[in-house]
Amino acid sequence: MADKTLRILVAKPGLDGHDRGARILARAFRDAGFEVVYTGCHQTPEQIVNAALQEDVDCVGLSCLSGAHKALFPKVVDLLREQGADDIVVVGGGIIPKQDMPYLRERGVQEIFTPGTPLEDIISWVKTNVSPRDEL
Amino acid sequence: MYFAKEVLDQCSSLRVQWEDQVRRLINRKGERKEVFSTVSDHEIKRLYTPEDISELDFERDLGFPGQFPFTRGVQSTGYRGRLWTYRMFSGMGTAKDTNERWHMLLREGQTGLSTAFDFPTLMGYDTDSPKALGECGKCGVAIDTLEDFQILVDRIPLDEVTTSMTINPPASVMWAMYCACAEQQGVSLDKIGGTIQNDMLKEFIAQKTFMLPPEASIKLISDTVEFGTKHVPRWNTISISGYHIREAGSTAVQELAFTLRDGMAYVEDVMERKGLHPDEFAPRLSFFFNSHIDFFEELCKMRAARRIWAKVMRDRYGAKNERSWWMRFHTQTAGCSLTAQQPYNNVVRTALEALSAVMGGTQSLHTNSLDEVWCLPTDHAVQIALRTQQIIAEETGVANTIDPLAGSYFVEKLTNEMEEQAWEYIEKIDSMGGMLAAVEQGYPQMEIADAAYKYQQQVESGERVMVGVNKYVTEEAEECPILDIDEAVEQSQLQRLNEIKRKRDDKAVKRALDEVRTACKKGDNVMPPCIEAVKALATEQEICDVYREVYGEYQDPGLF
Repeated sequence: MADKTLRILVAKPGLDGHDRGARILARAFRDAGFEVVYTGCHQTPEQIVNAALQEDVDCVGLSCLSGAHKALFPKVVDLLREQGADDIVVVGGGIIPKQDMPYLRERGVQEIFTPGTPLEDIISWVKTNVSPRDEL
Repeated sequence: MYFAKEVLDQCSSLRVQWEDQVRRLINRKGERKEVFSTVSDHEIKRLYTPEDISELDFERDLGFPGQFPFTRGVQSTGYRGRLWTYRMFSGMGTAKDTNERWHMLLREGQTGLSTAFDFPTLMGYDTDSPKALGECGKCGVAIDTLEDFQILVDRIPLDEVTTSMTINPPASVMWAMYCACAEQQGVSLDKIGGTIQNDMLKEFIAQKTFMLPPEASIKLISDTVEFGTKHVPRWNTISISGYHIREAGSTAVQELAFTLRDGMAYVEDVMERKGLHPDEFAPRLSFFFNSHIDFFEELCKMRAARRIWAKVMRDRYGAKNERSWWMRFHTQTAGCSLTAQQPYNNVVRTALEALSAVMGGTQSLHTNSLDEVWCLPTDHAVQIALRTQQIIAEETGVANTIDPLAGSYFVEKLTNEMEEQAWEYIEKIDSMGGMLAAVEQGYPQMEIADAAYKYQQQVESGERVMVGVNKYVTEEAEECPILDIDEAVEQSQLQRLNEIKRKRDDKAVKRALDEVRTACKKGDNVMPPCIEAVKALATEQEICDVYREVYGEYQDPGLF
């Protein structure tokens, strides 16, 4: 298990272009030894799910600062499930009010990282909670 | 020479004595840190003296307000003549919701309007586009057709109030709607005033709200500049923006250099493509800067910006009209400096950032609200942000005299250093073949990404203090009220859009869109057919789809 490198997709669903956090995280994940795929801004949930399957990732990190997270994050979770890939861990971050977090968790987003969360905390959460999906 | 030789000699010998004293103390007690630097990592000395600005030439480098090189301001009476404009950036939900917020702000003493659009509007999509999923009205106002725009400016006298619109790829369309609304109010185009942001280079570099490829994007910008020059003389046709460059994580110098180089690219394109002389259009170019948390660095950046632009316009582009040399700018306090933790601290940060912008001589100002790390601001939070400006302007006395920090050894030295470093960047970009070429190579993008990552690492290590985040942390989570944009907004907007599509004359819409297409293909100015198209109730997306069809679409290369 430990000798397979974790693969993470960092994605920006929706039309929001605020990618500072997503790009910093992509670098931090790479520096932490993960294999990182970053799909850039303005991706639809369908495009993100396609990329996740094609790239065979273990985790999808979604970043949204436009307020559309309640529509977009669950849609990514649902589409992954439809594709039989619900073992891919979905996490999210961005401008997400506390009051929206229970709903997102309920809909299958496993963790929400709010502004100000240390990169280290996010990396260690991933190391603890995500494992490679090679034995499919 | 700014100082007489004997003053410098005296200063030098006294400095040597003082340095001895300092060394003795440091050997005993040390200092708080090895290196002291600004938020942008610019190293700051222990003390600044006349020696640091011995090369300063009063007339060449400072002069008087309203005189070249405008370091001390473009208006000869500064804020004594007129205070800066209180211009709060606002928009949310439907046009009606936003119009109500605008009237509230005007009642509370705001002096200019500034429009925040939602993401579909910013990207050239209608509310009914699959791409608009979940975005309607969320981070700004949703505008699909002229009817929305009419509601937006309802009871706003367009010949009296100036309006800024943060709109980029579809700037021509939103501006066409504004022009059409003015006509309907009986206000002629030479009477309306305002600004369209309309700065695509910074979108490719930082903000990532793009639609067309760079070359076509710049063509449309030059169209709007030409149209404004000929028909809308009081309109600022571009707001050349550093704000977003900084929010994306750049240093202050990168913000300064990339913004000015972007401005130069527009000047060059309008001159070449439209055959206009800078004096015909440059007086209507405006700028937009960020005011981050490092107090002195920000105000020095703004002073340096005015000086560089004046030289560039006069010496590089041969502008003769003084107004072409003026850098007039709007400022917004730094969203990225605010914290989700202990949100009430954000009021203090914003106040200090606003004060720095005022010391820098901004023409208008938006102050962020304390809750913006969580959501769009509530009425109460916006009111505090607006009051912050009013207190600075009308209680503290800082607006009583012009450029009050001029002549400070530190302020003048830092202004000079920032100018020098900005020139280095500008020259590097020149050597790459200009800003468009640099952007296509990803150069500014990667410079910013490096700076952003470095900054974040400094926050992580605790070297860069963020109060409430990595120091003075409280266990109790402090909450502020949250503004929620109701999902019903999307439903009502969809319903309205469908009704408009049902009732309008489809043939007239098609004809109008064909005119836009013809203008795009022939390289004619798109503004006249655009105004006709919005009057025929063509939607924003229908016009932008024509642009996309003719010019193609730009995709994010996803650099990190």
